[in-house]
Amino acid sequence: MAATQEEIVAGLADIVNEIAGIPVEDVQLDKSFTDDLDVDSLSMVEVVVAAEERFDVKIPDDDVKDLKTVGDATNYILKHQG
Amino acid sequence: MSSTNRTVVVTGIGATTPLGGDAASTWEGLVAGRSGVKALEQEWAAEQAVRIAAPVAVEPTEVIPRPQARRLDRSAQFALIAAKEAWADAGYTDKAGEGADVDPNRLGAVIASGIGGVTTLLDQYDVLKEKGVRRVSPHTVPMLMPNGPSANVGLLVGARAGVHTPVSACASGAEAIGYGIEMIRTGRADVVIAGGTEAAIHPLPIAAFGNMMAMSKNNDDPQGASRPYDMARDGFVLGEGAGVIVLESAEHAARRGARVYAEAVGQGISADGHDIVQPEPEGLGISHALQNLLDNTDLNPAEIVHVNAHATSTPAGDVAELKALRKVFGDDTDHFAVSGTKSMTGHLLGGAGGVESVATVLALYHRVAPPTINIDNIDPEAEANADVVRGEARKLPVEGRIAALNDSFGFGGHNVVLAFRTV
Repeated sequence: MAATQEEIVAGLADIVNEIAGIPVEDVQLDKSFTDDLDVDSLSMVEVVVAAEERFDVKIPDDDVKDLKTVGDATNYILKHQG
Repeated sequence: MSSTNRTVVVTGIGATTPLGGDAASTWEGLVAGRSGVKALEQEWAAEQAVRIAAPVAVEPTEVIPRPQARRLDRSAQFALIAAKEAWADAGYTDKAGEGADVDPNRLGAVIASGIGGVTTLLDQYDVLKEKGVRRVSPHTVPMLMPNGPSANVGLLVGARAGVHTPVSACASGAEAIGYGIEMIRTGRADVVIAGGTEAAIHPLPIAAFGNMMAMSKNNDDPQGASRPYDMARDGFVLGEGAGVIVLESAEHAARRGARVYAEAVGQGISADGHDIVQPEPEGLGISHALQNLLDNTDLNPAEIVHVNAHATSTPAGDVAELKALRKVFGDDTDHFAVSGTKSMTGHLLGGAGGVESVATVLALYHRVAPPTINIDNIDPEAEANADVVRGEARKLPVEGRIAALNDSFGFGGHNVVLAFRTV
């Protein structure tokens, strides 16, 4: 069963918390991974791989650069999840 | 700014070891004669011939925030903990260039390990095999590279004069400190943070060292297993942790009014040219290193009162070192209180030179030589060549200038001797 937007944001919040130590409540749709959430380029790869696993979605490397905010990632997952 | 023979002093110390999470608790454990060796309780240990080791007393994840810890190999975690302590102990509160009273272009970092990020390498190989290519951590390369601890410590303090990682197996930590001393002596830097770290308590290194017949298999008596100079010694016990010191030119330390623990007099280096793993039995390579130390510094053998020996608890190595001391120093050897602190910490491989330099500096500072524990029947060849501090710590002369040596030797025939003395 496909995840809702709310479930995806909550899932990303857990992942970002695990990887960057950012409190889950700070992970909001408008937040930039690099500028607001302390996720650098290597850690972004970790976020993507964890999201792929959690939401049964493939995020090719070429698409990762377009995922600047939590909202970008949420929309991508909503659209592509299996 | 450049000169070629400047005096170098130690202004800060830090450690995380099997005896304690900092230098003070480590020193307390050493003086008390406490063993940090334990039975390995992990599931993988059951099938090993060697089922004992000396893990750190304080898990690094209790000290380092999780997001930072998960992108650092365990060896780098140890190095950072020890380096933070040493840096603060030297009186530096910030990074160079951000308030700390040192020019970043005159600050170096030299942290070494014998094996590097071996647990990261092996763990990520397990991930590759079990979960596939996509799941291999993107942090793997900076975590496993042997210069990782040095680079992370360099970033911590803001070092830009040079960040180095000399690798010479179990001599690595001592070689790092020697390299740091030379950076200052020769004018390349005013301050260098230097030491050694190791994190190799993992089934593969334990199986490999075990199969070399290099490690003690005294599984029934973990705390008695590391027994340098004892007739029943049967190999080293693997330890983990890090020891780091802050080296500084005497003038730089004086200018900022820093506390000085000791002078870092210099180093003597040689290579055995004998065998890839066996020590040269008469200690000829070690003698050569000791002679180089005397030739290259103004160290006076009459002032040497203490040696933190390499003494890993292997049948061949322990005695060869004492023969070398006797050969080079003759009757002066009689006033050397020789301590084998690996009897308590186990052998930290590349971390040993770092931790034992901390111990040597503190021995001079407190004028106390830690004991060698677990000697029930001393090897007559050890007793004939040296005055080994047995059982309990021993007071060193309370007055006058005194000096001490820290010996470290590594597979490959690497010999490094460091000398410190009171100021």
